[in-house]
Order: sequence, then C-alpha cells, then structure tokens
Amino acid sequence: MGTRTVAETIREITRAHLENGGMLLGESISAVGWVNNTVPDVKNIVELPMTDVAGAGIAAGAALAGRRPVFVVRFQDFLILNGSPLIFYAAKLKDLHGRSAPVFVRAIAAEGLGPVHSGVLHSLFMHFPGFKVASPMTPREYEEVWRIYMENDDPFICSEHRASYANKDELADETVDGADITIYSISSTRFEAKKALKLLQNEGVRCNLVNIVWLKPFALSSRLIEPLKDSKIGLVVDPGHEIAGASESIAYTLMINTGYPVKALGVEDRTKCLVPPLQNKAPDAFRIYEAAKGLLACTGRVFT
Amino acid sequence: MRSQNFALIENGPAIVGEDAALEIFRRVCRTRFFEEGLVRAVKDGFVTSPVYLSTGQESVAAALSVALPRPIIFAQHRCHGVYLSYGGDPVRLRDELMGLPTGTSGGRAGSNCVQCHDDGVTMHGHHGLIGENVPLAVGYALASGDTTLAIFGDGAAEEDYVLSSLGFAATHRLPVLFVCEDNNLSILTTVETRRSWKVSNVASSFGIGSEDLSDDPWTVYLKARELAKRTPALMNIYTCRANWHVGVGTDGPVEWDRFAEVKAALDGAGLKDKALGIEDAERLSMEKVWEQGQLRRLSGK
Ligand SMILES: Cc1ncc(C[n+]2csc(CCOP(=O)(O)OP(=O)(O)O)c2C)c(N)n1
Ligand SMILES: [Mg+2]
Repeated sequence: MGTRTVAETIREITRAHLENGGMLLGESISAVGWVNNTVPDVKNIVELPMTDVAGAGIAAGAALAGRRPVFVVRFQDFLILNGSPLIFYAAKLKDLHGRSAPVFVRAIAAEGLGPVHSGVLHSLFMHFPGFKVASPMTPREYEEVWRIYMENDDPFICSEHRASYANKDELADETVDGADITIYSISSTRFEAKKALKLLQNEGVRCNLVNIVWLKPFALSSRLIEPLKDSKIGLVVDPGHEIAGASESIAYTLMINTGYPVKALGVEDRTKCLVPPLQNKAPDAFRIYEAAKGLLACTGRVFT
Repeated sequence: MRSQNFALIENGPAIVGEDAALEIFRRVCRTRFFEEGLVRAVKDGFVTSPVYLSTGQESVAAALSVALPRPIIFAQHRCHGVYLSYGGDPVRLRDELMGLPTGTSGGRAGSNCVQCHDDGVTMHGHHGLIGENVPLAVGYALASGDTTLAIFGDGAAEEDYVLSSLGFAATHRLPVLFVCEDNNLSILTTVETRRSWKVSNVASSFGIGSEDLSDDPWTVYLKARELAKRTPALMNIYTCRANWHVGVGTDGPVEWDRFAEVKAALDGAGLKDKALGIEDAERLSMEKVWEQGQLRRLSGK
C-alpha cells in the first residue's frame, strides 16, 4: 500500500503540469470540492461555461496550439455531448492530416446517480480510431498513463472512477497454478472482483485475477494471455454496458486469440434509474461470483 | 436585406490603393482560374472525389488575405479560395484533389478538408463537420494568444457550438475574427426558410463588434482591417455561390456576378490594363497547373 491516494496523485500531476504551462479546462472546476479534490488551485485553469460540445472543441483547439490541455468531464455520460470535437476532429486528425491534437480527457465515472450521471462510456472511444483509452485505478497506474500521454501525441481518454479516488493500493494481479477460471476486471469492478475472488476461493474455486488498465490499444501481453491458457475459461468484467461494450470486445479478442471460452459481464441492457433497486449498477462481487460459477457450470465444472 | 451593394464603400480601389487593389484582384483570379481548370479536370475524369467550389465567392478570401495576412486559419469545407488566397501552393491542392501523396494531406483528405502548414501559412484542416472549426479557432486563440480567423457559412452559423463559441470568445475577449460567408444557402435551403435571426445581431448581443456587408472586396478589405483591431469581431458577408453545393454543375445565373463587378471597378479606377495583365498571367499559370498531358501522367489515365 502506497502513501498517496489516486486523487492526490492526480492533483500533483495536474499541479506540475499547470505550473509548467499546461492547461486545464472544464465546467465548475473550482466549485464543489475541486472535482473531488483532484484539481489544485493554481494558474492555467479555464472555467468553461455550460457548453459541452463547443467546450470540447475549445479544448481540442488548445491541443492544436500545443498546450496539452486536460479536459475535465465530471460525468462520463456527458461525453456524448463532448464526443463530436473529440471523435470527429481530435481523433481523426492524424490519419487525415498527419497532425495531432493531444487532449487528455479526464472522463470521470460514478455510480448510483441515475440515468445520465452513472454511465461508464469508455467503450465508445475504443470503437473510434485515433484514441488511446486507459482506465487507471491506482496511483502508479495513473502516473504511467499520464507519462505515456506526455510521450505521445494522441488524444487520450482517461476513464477514471470515483471509486478509485481514495485508493492507495496497487491492486496486483493474482494468479495460481492450475486455476479454474481467469477473471479480467476493468475500472471500478476491479475492487469488486477482488472480493468476488474471496467468495470463489471459499468454495474451492481456483481463480486468476488479471487487471486491465489499457483498453486501447489492447495489447495481448503474456500477462493477459498466460493465465487464460492455464485456466481455459475466462470472464471479463466491466462497469459499462455489456452489449457492444468493453467487456464483450475484450472477451472476443481473448477468445479468438486463444480458442477458450471467455464471457463478458457488464451492465444490463436497461436504463440506470436513480432509485433502488433499479439502478442497474456495475457488476458487484456477488454478480461476478455468480457469473463465474455459471460459466464453470456450463463447462461441466460444478463447485459446491 | 441581403444585396449586392449592402454597406458598400464607394470608390473602393482608390481608397484601398493600387497595390492592394491589384493584389486582391490577383488572388480573386487565382481561385477563379484554378477552379476553371478543376471543373475541366472533373469533367475529364481526372478528379473523381467530391469538390466544393469557391467560385462566385472568391473575393471574400482574396480581400481577407490581403487585409489580415498571417492569422491562424480555421476554414470550413468550401475552402479552396481561402487556401489559394493565403498563398497555398496550387499544385499541392491539385494533387490533394487527385488523391496523390504529394497533396496537402497526402491525398487522404480532399476538397473539403484542405490544410496548409508551409511557407508561414497555417491553415488547419477541416474534417467536414460543419462549424467544427469555430470552437477550434476559439480554443486556439485562447491557448496561444494568436489571432485566428474562423471562416464558416451561413448554415454553420446556426450550429449550437458555433453560437456558444461566439459567446466564449466574447467573455474572454479573444483575438478571433469570425467571418460568415453568407451565400444564403445551406445546400439548397435559403436563410429565410431556416431562421428569423441574423448572425450579426447574435454576435452584437454577445458584445462582439459585427458588420453585415456584401462581398465587394474593397469593402471587405477595409472593414476587415478595421475589425481586426478590435477582436473578437464578426463579419457577415453576403456572397453568391456559382456552382452546386458539391460538384461542378450550375443552377443558372448567380444573383450577382462579383467577378465582373471587380473588373469593372478596376476599369473605373483606371487600372484596366494592369488588371488584364494580371488576369492573363493567372489564367496562364493555372492552365499550366491543370495541363492535360501532366494530368494524364499523374493519374495514369
Ligand atoms: C454537422 C453537420 N451537419 C450537416 C452537414 C451536412 N452539410 C454539409 S455542407 C452543409 C451546408 C453548409 O452550409 P453553409 O455553412 O452555409 O456553407 P456553404 O456550403 O453554403 O458554403 C450541410 C448542411 C455536415 N456536413 N455537418
Ligand atoms: Mg451557405
């Protein structure tokens, strides 16, 4: 366990960036706790008016001018509005014109806040060419994502989750020999997958737990693929919608490259309502546990 | 009401001065004769991707480029005139339209997405999403402090993100010159059918100095120089598109023929011979760009 939280890490990275001539743009940055205490009170912060489409275009224009802007999106659902300048301009610039607009989009996800404040939309940006998409949940992962952003000239979607802000733990992969299943988890489900692992282990299931930070490019490293070759069954868990989402896409990639069955587990195909029990939350430990058990049962491996 | 002489400044060439007047005319001719060659090349099958012609509207970019020589340019799809007037290499534009690797974007982008980053000209490429260039121009001005030129159409002006970009530029007093090339058409739908308001009034209510004027190049030149001193500012320039929205066809005579009027004005200012010399030289040089044998070699056809 390190000493700094993810929120503190973001704040310090941002401080250094802004003091070095970088730029940060977003709505109501200074209000309501400085974006969960992730933004320092320093120069080079631009308060955008409530103009979510033009705001993203203004950020892309700042990227063209070489300022390496951080564009803060308080709720990922708003990315639908921000999407046009990011997807159609920033991300297409390199293939079309051989130039670049490196904007760092801090796309923040939350849970339980209803239909337009609880979404996890990173899969949308995996879909379109031209982005790098990562979902760091630990301090060191965040630093790594930032470093790679600064070394590259692509627009980045940094899929953050409020569930990670207080986290200090580096959330290492957990692998065992002769595993029965490999669980891959993304974003906030990484915290739940750790708990699910305990539930499964209590029942004698041998599990690998593999963390996914980089969604695009998605490199099939041996860290990702070897545990699956061992367990021969996989489960990919993501807090976004399952249909055509990150979980299905990555499950497919893993499956096609290994020949082993890999199931996707994400949010169900219905609107996230504000009021329980209709919140349609991201898979929690119990759902992950149940999905793993169901998958093992399908292949004739029953644990009691 | 839109008209050919709206807010016209009389005796333009004399006020502007001979050098500037003739330079503006040279740039008008460049676009006009480049596109005449392009029309032939399309008809002969050398250019097969869609083209968005500036013909009829050439005087706007020609005058702006002389009045405001080195802005960071964010144009939209109808941009040949902007590129050529600001000094973009016609050969590289031809190559882009032919899909050749020597084109302005390596032959990948085409007519509505022209960029230029050569010889001190900075023109950022458009991607075809109408109005997208306006928030980009505003963000660039905010981030760099450089003067940017956002050129867009009367249709683009209706996009929500264009209007809020005007507001943002007003709030931050950004060095952006907004130019609406008002050809009265969004594809084939007239302004009157689409909206009851004027872009210039919206800009004024945001606190942006704005002017409605016609595409008389001397007027455009004089007003642009004036407005550039107190940016953010907006010009809504009435002009006439001579060809189809996309493609080289025409739908009958234009509302007014600015090219003929420009020549008549130069004639009236005693510059007929010099103007004719410029016209001939530009025609010849653009004919060379589009010379058939060369096109055959380049296209392999
Ligand atoms: C966001 C968006 N909406 C619609 C279109 C389709 N479209 C392409 S050009 C055009 C008309 C644009 O009119 P204007 O801005 O006046 O430019 P003009 O073609 O007259 O020069 C339209 C509607 C588009 N490309 N992008
Ligand atoms: Mg128009």
